[in-house]
Amino acid sequence: MKAFVRLFARDVGLAFRHGGGAGLAIAFFVLAVTLFPLGIGPGPEILARVGAGVVWVAALLATLLSLDRLFQADYEDGSLDLLALTPLPLELTVLAKCAAHWATTGVPLLVAAPILALLLNLDVAGLGALLLAMLLGTPILSIVGAIGAALTVGVRRGGALLSILVLPLYVPVLIFGVAAIDGAISGLGAKPHLLVLGAFLLGALALGPWAAAASLRLNLD
Amino acid sequence: MFAGNGLACVRGERRVFRALDFVVAPGEALVVQGPNGAGKSSLLRLAAGLLKPAAGMLTWNGTPVDADPDAHRARLGYVGHLDAVKPALTARENLAFWTGLAGGSAEVGPALDAMGLAQLADVRAQFLSAGEKRRLNLARLAASAATLWLLDEPTVSLDQASVARFTELARAHLASGGLIMAATHLPLDLPGRALALTAGARAA
Repeated sequence: MKAFVRLFARDVGLAFRHGGGAGLAIAFFVLAVTLFPLGIGPGPEILARVGAGVVWVAALLATLLSLDRLFQADYEDGSLDLLALTPLPLELTVLAKCAAHWATTGVPLLVAAPILALLLNLDVAGLGALLLAMLLGTPILSIVGAIGAALTVGVRRGGALLSILVLPLYVPVLIFGVAAIDGAISGLGAKPHLLVLGAFLLGALALGPWAAAASLRLNLD
Repeated sequence: MFAGNGLACVRGERRVFRALDFVVAPGEALVVQGPNGAGKSSLLRLAAGLLKPAAGMLTWNGTPVDADPDAHRARLGYVGHLDAVKPALTARENLAFWTGLAGGSAEVGPALDAMGLAQLADVRAQFLSAGEKRRLNLARLAASAATLWLLDEPTVSLDQASVARFTELARAHLASGGLIMAATHLPLDLPGRALALTAGARAA
């Protein structure tokens, strides 16, 4: 447990140090969302209609942006070998790195999302659902992304391959994330969609670290 | 006693070596020598459990290592040819992270001292030279309680004074009953035996 916390703390610390790139995902997120009003025009009705989808799609892409360094940096400098040899099981190592990734990428997105949603004239009734859906959804993005990152570790220019592998797996999160917000706005309720997202999160937590650890072992061999 | 029996290693459909036997006894260093591509690094990764042997078995005091991989990992001090140093952290932070992860103390001053890094403790690793990073990696061994050291070219890019420091560290480890397996092209002045890998073993 102590080792888990140490690894988590190191990864969070590294993300905020020189060249860590913690600000990258959030900057991309804000920029990508602000491009939409410029691209499709400032009509409040259109923006309100597409707002939920725009925020979610931008969040998926922003998460992808930071995923390729999740294991790659440790692989390149030999740290991954040593991490595989520590008493901490590799599955928990993966989970600690996912948690650190979420804390440095998912949480900033979560904080920025309501502000950006208001900017897009999203109905205020949908804000609570947006927050809850992102709270459940962003950890899934980190964990599922870790599987892709583990599969492509050691691959030159693996970032592009990673996007192609992982984006299709993000589709369910996108669908239910947007549906939750639409449900809250239309008055049908967001609960069923949030429950499905919660189920996805539990599934990802249960399976993701094992899948990612297995792929890392393959790539270390 | 750490031993390998009839080990075979296949890398990318190429047989690196086969039917390889070795024994390392407490207080002894096994120096693995051989030309490039003879499988020195592969043998060390195999001994660490990072690679699975295509055939053969590793044993610790007669018990197969596979029977309890956690115990095997706990006694390992592995120094690969990459230094596992994060440029954004200071030398002290780098070392404290690894010792802490292994359950050791966060006090790494003596270990830094042992490799002559005391003055560089608070310098960001980004500004360390290749030899200094290497010393930082070797300092992990000084800070750990590992009994079996697996060293891949430990003295590469070290100056003479650092080689002497490292030799002293390794001798103290052996004197206290530790084991060392080291792959090297450079002479290592340690008591023990040599294992010669030949590139020809591949063709066999």
